[in-house]
Amino acid sequence: MSTRLATRGRLIDRSKPIEFTFNGTSLRGFEGDTLASALLANDQMLVGRSFKYHRPRGIVAAGSEEPNALVGLGSNRRYEPNQRATTTEIFEGLTATSQNHWPSLEFDVGEINSKLFSRFLSAGFYYKMFMHPKPFWKHVYEPFIRHSAGLGKAPDKELQDADTYEHFYFYCDVLIVGGGVAGLQAAKTAASSGAKVLLIEEKNYWGGRTPVDGGTIEGDDAQDWVTKTVAELEAMENVILRSRCMGAGVYDHGYILGYERLTDHAPDMAGPRHRLWRIRATQTITATGAIERPLSFAGNDVPGVMLAGSMRDYIANWGVLPGQRVVVATNNDDAYRTALALHHAGADVVRVVDAREEGGGKLAEEVRGLGIRIDNGRAIAKVKDGKRVTKVAICPQNGTGGAREEIAADAVAMSGGWSPVVHLWSHCGGKLTWDAEQAHFKPDPLRAPTGADGKAFVVTAGSSSGPMDLKSVMANAAKAGINATQAVGRTAVDAGEIKTSVISEAPMLPVWLMPANADIELRMKTWLDYQNDVKVSDVQLAAQEGYESVEHTKRYTTLGMATDQGKLSNINGLAILADSLGAEIPQVGTTTFRPPYHPISMGAIGGEARGEIFQPLRKTPMYAWHDDNGADWEPVGHWRRPYAYVQDGETVDQAVNREVKNTRENLGLLDASTLGKLIVKGPDAGKFLDMLYTNMMSTLKIGKCRYGLMCSENGFLSDDGVVARIDEDTWLCHTTTGGADHIHAQMEEWLQTEWWDWKVYVTNATEQLAQVAVVGPNARKVLEKLNATAGGGLDLSAEALGFMEWADGKIGGFDARAYRISFSGELSYEIAVPASQGLAFWEALVEAGQEFGAMPYGTECLHILRAEKGFIMIGDETDGTVIPQDLGLHWALSKKKTDYLGKRAHSRSHMADPDRWKLVGLETLDGAVLPDGAYAVGEGVNANGQQNTIGRVTSTYYSANLERGIAMGLVKHGPDRMGEVIDFPGLDGKIYQAKIVDPVFYDKEGEKQNV
Amino acid sequence: MLILECPYCGVKAEESELSAGGEAHLTRFGPGSSDDEFHDYLFVRENPKGVHFERWRHANGCGKWFHAARCTMTLEVFGTYSAQTTEPPQEIKDVITAKRPGWSWRNVSDETNTEGQRT
Repeated sequence: MSTRLATRGRLIDRSKPIEFTFNGTSLRGFEGDTLASALLANDQMLVGRSFKYHRPRGIVAAGSEEPNALVGLGSNRRYEPNQRATTTEIFEGLTATSQNHWPSLEFDVGEINSKLFSRFLSAGFYYKMFMHPKPFWKHVYEPFIRHSAGLGKAPDKELQDADTYEHFYFYCDVLIVGGGVAGLQAAKTAASSGAKVLLIEEKNYWGGRTPVDGGTIEGDDAQDWVTKTVAELEAMENVILRSRCMGAGVYDHGYILGYERLTDHAPDMAGPRHRLWRIRATQTITATGAIERPLSFAGNDVPGVMLAGSMRDYIANWGVLPGQRVVVATNNDDAYRTALALHHAGADVVRVVDAREEGGGKLAEEVRGLGIRIDNGRAIAKVKDGKRVTKVAICPQNGTGGAREEIAADAVAMSGGWSPVVHLWSHCGGKLTWDAEQAHFKPDPLRAPTGADGKAFVVTAGSSSGPMDLKSVMANAAKAGINATQAVGRTAVDAGEIKTSVISEAPMLPVWLMPANADIELRMKTWLDYQNDVKVSDVQLAAQEGYESVEHTKRYTTLGMATDQGKLSNINGLAILADSLGAEIPQVGTTTFRPPYHPISMGAIGGEARGEIFQPLRKTPMYAWHDDNGADWEPVGHWRRPYAYVQDGETVDQAVNREVKNTRENLGLLDASTLGKLIVKGPDAGKFLDMLYTNMMSTLKIGKCRYGLMCSENGFLSDDGVVARIDEDTWLCHTTTGGADHIHAQMEEWLQTEWWDWKVYVTNATEQLAQVAVVGPNARKVLEKLNATAGGGLDLSAEALGFMEWADGKIGGFDARAYRISFSGELSYEIAVPASQGLAFWEALVEAGQEFGAMPYGTECLHILRAEKGFIMIGDETDGTVIPQDLGLHWALSKKKTDYLGKRAHSRSHMADPDRWKLVGLETLDGAVLPDGAYAVGEGVNANGQQNTIGRVTSTYYSANLERGIAMGLVKHGPDRMGEVIDFPGLDGKIYQAKIVDPVFYDKEGEKQNV
Repeated sequence: MLILECPYCGVKAEESELSAGGEAHLTRFGPGSSDDEFHDYLFVRENPKGVHFERWRHANGCGKWFHAARCTMTLEVFGTYSAQTTEPPQEIKDVITAKRPGWSWRNVSDETNTEGQRT
C-alpha cells in the first residue's frame, strides 16, 4: 500500500490541500505535489495500460524519464493527451484520465493481447505477421492494431486550443541548462566573471536531487547551500534564472531551445501558457544530471516496481511512501540510500537483493546494522504479474532463475546504476565515451559539439559529465564554469576546492539481465522499453534475425522510439544487443539523440503564429470594397482575391456565370492589382530582358506592349506576362500574381551572380500601383464618360491607343497609365493608378459604369474568359514539366537571339521528342464539364497492369457563354488528332468522352478585342 | 540553425534570414555547349563531406547574394565573400588551409606543398 507520511515532504505545503480528479474519482493532494506523487499518496498504483499488450502499468520514476504514467489532462479546449504525471504539478480542479484501455483501466479487454497474441507481437511484428494474405491488412490487421495500440487520443480537431503561446528571443554569453547543485555552481562561477548568464531548470524548484540525498557543501547542509546560492545569483544583475524552463534542444552554432511552462500549474493565471525561448548562447553548460537505469528482471513492469532513487524522491520530496513491504534490488551502493530512507520512513525493507557477490560498502553496512537482511549474489527471478506487486521470487544471480525463494512484498525498488543525461550534449554532434567502471556512456570532452568557429560550444557539468559522487560533481561543475567563461573571453573567479561531505562507495557491477542466464519464459516478461512494450526477448530475436546495427534494431523492435525516447531503456537495450551479438557495448554504440529532450507542446512551437496572424495577408487598395460587395474570397499566395461577387439569392456558381456573360455582353471590372509589376531599368536592361524572356524585348518600341514567356534554365515555362517599353532604358514587366516575388528574386539572382557587370536595376512596384481591368464592349464608353464628366485628357480611341499599346495621362482626374491589352478577348484596358488612388478610381468606374451594365468580376470569371479564348494560365497548363513548344507557343521563341534562359535546354533530346503531350481543346460529347486533372486512357497497359495514359485535362470550366463544358488538355500527338474522341475515366466511375478540338472556343478571329 | 555573416551589410544573419542557393562557382553553359557539359551544369553537384562552397542570399535582409565556405560535417564557417567572383578569394583559401590542410574541392585546393611552403 502506498500512503502519505505524516512527516517529510520538503516540496509540499500541507496547509494547502488541493482536490483533483483521476478517471472521474475525486482525490486530494497538497500544493507542491506532482500528479504522480498525489496519485501514489492515494494508493493509485495502476495508472495506465501498456502500448501493445495492455499490461497494467504504474509509476516508475519521479521525473521526465517516466515511461508509464501518461495521462490525458484537462477537457474540451484544454484537453491534452500523453502528459506525464511526474512532471505535472497539481492544481485545484485538475482532471486527469488514464489512457490506452478499454473499457476501463481496471478491466481491460485488450489485456488478452498479452495472453493470447503476444507471440504475434514480437520484434518486427508489423513486417512479419500482418503481410499475408494481402487483403487482411486493410480489413483485419489494421483495424485491430489501430483499435488496440497507440497512446492517448488526439484532441478534437474542431476545438481550438484555449491557451496562447509565445516565442522569445534571448542572447547570452553563458547558458546553463539544469539548476541542480552542479548547474548552480557552474552559474555561480560563470557569473563571477561578469558574463551575461542564463540559468534554466525544468522543475519548479532548484537544487535537483542533492537535497534528497543530503550531504554538505562548503560546510552547509545541501538544501541551505542551494537556497543561499540561488539568492546570490538572483541578486546579480548579469544573471537571469528561470525555473519550469527546460532546455529542449541544442542546435547548430549555439542555438538552444528553452521550453518554459508558465501556467501549466495555474491555468487561470493570465498570460501565455508556454514560452519557447530561442536562445543564442556563446557557450552552453549542460548540467542535466543523471538518470537511474531499471534492472531487467521478469515482471519489472508490474505496478509498484520503481526506480530506487525515485522511491526516495517520493519519500523526501512529497512525503509519500510507495510501499510498506519493499524489496530493494541493486547492483550498486546508491540503492542502499533508498533502503535507509524506506526504513527511516517506517517501511519494512523485507530484503535487499544485491547482485554483487562481494556486496556493498559502507552504506550496505549501515543498512545491515539496522537489521535489514541483505542477500549478496542474488537476483529477482520474477515479480508476480498483476495490478500491483504481491510476491517477489528471489534466485541466485548466476543462474537461469531456478532455486527460487518467494517473499511477499508490495513494492520493489530497483537500481541498475546511473547514466549521465547526455541528450543535449549529443544533439549537435557531441560524442560519447564508454565508462566501464560505472557502465555508462559519458560525454567525451575532446569531441564536443563545435560551432561556427570550429571550437567547442557545449561544456558538461556535474553528474551529466559522468561522476556521481557529490565531491566530484561540484569540482566538475566549477571547472565547467571556468572553462565556459574562458571560452567567452572572460575570467571567472576560481574559488578553489569545494568542500563537500564524502561517502565512499564500493564498485558497481554491470548487470544487464537478472538472473544472468534467465530462461526464455522470464526473458519474455522482462521489459526494456516500458512505453513501447519491448522486452529482452525482442532485442535478442532482432539480433538473431541479423539486425546488427543499433539503429536498425531500434526501428525493428521500436526500442526507444516512444515519447520518452528511451531514457530508461537505451543502455539496457544496447547491452542486451551487444551481448546477443557477442560484441562490446561501446562497439555497438548508441542510437542518435534528437531534440526535444522531452516532448514540447505544438502550441509552443507555433507560438503567436496562429489564427489571423498565422501568415501576413496581402490586400489590394480595393479590398474593403470587395468585402462589402459580396466577395467570395480565394487565397492566391498571400493575397486574397475575390473568386466571385455573390449577390443576394445567388449561389457562387450562379454569380460566376452572371459575371462571365455580363463581361462579354456589357462591362466587367477586375481588380488586377495583384499582378506583378517589375520595373527593369538601365543601359543593359534590354539585353537583360532578352536573356530572361524567350522572345525579343530589346526591340520593343517605346509605347508598345508585348506578351512574353519566361523559362527556367532547364527549359520549363515559369512565368508569363505583358511587357511594356516605358522609355529608352526602362521596361515594365507584368508577371503572374504568384510569380511577382520569385521572378523579382530570380532577376536579382542573375544580375548579382552571373551578369554582375551589366548595368541594370530591378524594382518590384507591385504594391505601389493599383490596376483595374476594364473589360467588355462598353469598356471604352465608361472611360470616355469619366474623361468627359470628371476631366481627363487621355485619348483612348482605337486610333490613339491601339491594341498592345500603352499611354500615360489623366482619366477622370486620376493619374493613369492605360495598357490596351486583353486576357479575355474583349475590348479591354488595364489601367494602373497610384495605389493611393486605387479605391477612388474603382468606385468612380463602378458609378460611371452603371448605365453600361458594369459589374465587378472575380478570378473564376477571369479564368473562364481566358479559357474560352484558349489562353494558357501558368500553373494550370504548366506544372514545371511543360515547355512552350508543348503549348503551341513556338511563335514566342526567338530564333534571332543566340541565347536566353531555357534555349539550350529546348534542344535536349527529350524536349524535342515528338511524343510529348501537346495542348488541345477538349469538348465533351454531351456538353458535360470534364473532371479537373482527369487522365485520358489509350490502348494497352503499362508494366503495373494499369491502362496507358495519353493525356490529361489542364483547365476545365462550364462556359455560360457557350452553355457547355469547355476544357484544355495536353494530349499525345494532340494537334494531329483533331476531331478524334478520347476517353477520360472520372473518379465518379463515369467515362467522359471528349472530342479533340482547337483550344480557341470563342471568337476565333479575335474580332471583339480589335474595336 | 546556422549563423552566416553577410559580407555586404555585415549582419551576422540567422539561417531564417537567409535562403540557400546551392553550390557556388558554377560555370553557365548555354547554346553551343555539348550535351554532357549542359547536363553537368544543370544537374551535377558536389556533395562533399568537408569543405564546401555555397551560395546564400540575405533574403530577409539586404537582399544580396554572397558565398560561404564551410565544412558540411562540422558546420564550421571558414568565411563569407562576394558572389561576384568566379573562384574563392585567396584569403578564404588560406583560412581553410590553416584549418583543413590538404583540402580540395573541384579544381580548387590547398596550395601548400608537403613542406608546408606555399607553391
